Amino acid sequence: MSLALLIDFGSTFTKLLAVDLAAEEILAYAQSCTTVETDIMVGLRRALDLLPPHLQGAPYECRLSSSSAAGGLGMITIGLIPELSAEAARRAALGAGAKVVKVYSFRLSTRELEELVGLKPDILLLAGGTDGGNREVILDNARLLAASRISCPVLIAGNKAAADEVQSILSAAGKITLLTDNVMPEVNVLNVEPVREMIRKIFIERIIESKGLKKAEEFVGGILMPTPTAVLRAAQLLSQGTGSEKGLGDLVIVDIGGATTDVHSIGAGNPVQPGVVRKGLPEPLTKRTVEADLGLRYNAGTILKLCGEGRILQHASLFQKDLAPRLEKLSQCVEVLPQTAEDQDLDFALATCAARAAMERHAGSIEALWGPQGQYYVQYGKDLTGVEHLIGTGGIFIHHRQAGGILRGTLFSPEEPFSLRPKTPNLYTDARYCLFAVGLLADRYPESAFRIARKYLRRWN
Amino acid sequence: MGDRKGKITVVLGVLGVDAHVVGNKIMAHALEIEGFKVVNIGTFSSQQDFIRAAIETAADALLVGSLCGHGEMECRGFRENCIEAGVGEIHLVVGGNLVVGKQNWEEVEKRFLQMGFNRAYPPGVSPKQVIADLKKDLPKG
Repeated sequence: MSLALLIDFGSTFTKLLAVDLAAEEILAYAQSCTTVETDIMVGLRRALDLLPPHLQGAPYECRLSSSSAAGGLGMITIGLIPELSAEAARRAALGAGAKVVKVYSFRLSTRELEELVGLKPDILLLAGGTDGGNREVILDNARLLAASRISCPVLIAGNKAAADEVQSILSAAGKITLLTDNVMPEVNVLNVEPVREMIRKIFIERIIESKGLKKAEEFVGGILMPTPTAVLRAAQLLSQGTGSEKGLGDLVIVDIGGATTDVHSIGAGNPVQPGVVRKGLPEPLTKRTVEADLGLRYNAGTILKLCGEGRILQHASLFQKDLAPRLEKLSQCVEVLPQTAEDQDLDFALATCAARAAMERHAGSIEALWGPQGQYYVQYGKDLTGVEHLIGTGGIFIHHRQAGGILRGTLFSPEEPFSLRPKTPNLYTDARYCLFAVGLLADRYPESAFRIARKYLRRWN
Repeated sequence: MGDRKGKITVVLGVLGVDAHVVGNKIMAHALEIEGFKVVNIGTFSSQQDFIRAAIETAADALLVGSLCGHGEMECRGFRENCIEAGVGEIHLVVGGNLVVGKQNWEEVEKRFLQMGFNRAYPPGVSPKQVIADLKKDLPKG
């Protein structure tokens, strides 16, 4: 027996998964409330106590963890043009598992600078200008940041012709700086990997300690990445496979949580219909979007506002007058799990609406344009209509008996032919909540991690 | 704008709902051979696409192609939009099939120069001519 203990310090719950790597089996799952405000170890010990006795002190070959506790990895990104370098920086930060608190573009105003300092990001990503392009704005922003009270690490990923000077300005003012390749070296060329890698390094070296997670790190042997990165890593592994295991190909993962709904897609998303022209900043092969207004607890009220009573009541057996107070209660008691069938139906309804909206925002779209020579179609974002696999993860997919229905609600609809959502994918749910663990195991044990994911994903069609 | 000590940077593209890509590719190739830094934003580009690319790359010139005959309509307000975006001094060039039907070129050119373009070219102009004019208009510092 070769045991691994995988831990996720989530924003609400600390979750544990004990895995037998040799047998490629999940042995046990346990969760308890995250206690990062007091002592992160209290919640971890409570969760450990919930494991079967023989697994509580078992000799684990590895203990690995991810974390989104204490607000996750909060980042602010700065670029020059909103649709170009600022968008490239935002995408790089999202792909590194960050919660992008705010995106700024052009030269920072005094008001923006004050707001930025007040938002207390964990990392600031400073971009702007293609290589050899605009230097003035990133240099001005560096001077403004140098004179500010900002104390978090500043990751510089802008015009290489200005980057050294930017670093000197910030370092001279005592700021922590890190330098990497330009996130958009040319117009409409994305270079997100060096930024992602650097963010991961800063997360491990600096953020863990500043978030009060150091103690936990001593126990677990390594908090490797933010939780969303673990899910994204699992998505990559499943899509691409390993040396001996053939990958599934293009896929999408919808991750519904209490505070956000994330969507991860792996695939180029090129146009599948003839004559469609692609415009806009290219999409990263591995793309993550985060919908901070679509969480089943913290944002239950926002889902109601966005989707309307009708859509929620379609799935939930509630009186109209009871809906708003019920959602208000949910957003105040975020740790409450559904107890009755009625609670479960309400969660199902909220999840269906959240997943639908998140998929619509993640997937690309087509715009029909008329010119002198006739009609043209222009595609923005990824065409996901041909994606073969769609996976749901998050608490709702473990507990709800009709969880597959949430995924069905996200699919392509002939009534909205220009929204390029998946058409007929295979539907799976992460019924054992193992995807974060698969992501954590992916680098060290790729073969076992891949097979565990395949084994425990529940197929719905 | 760049200081033009190195390569001259030009943003090249086809304006509006216009799929004519061949001339665009030829022009890009010719400019690159002559040592220009070409930022080719391709077909179906809006005025804003040109201007955004110009700011991000600190471009010296915008080379606007318009092949479908709607140039006069599509180009309206281009200089004003550049001024609004803080790149009002940029060198603005337009060429292609700019108008519908056979019209007197001198009059067409006059209209585009009045719109704020620094140069306007008739159909069938040689890339050599455009490049020679660019070198004259944007001398290296």
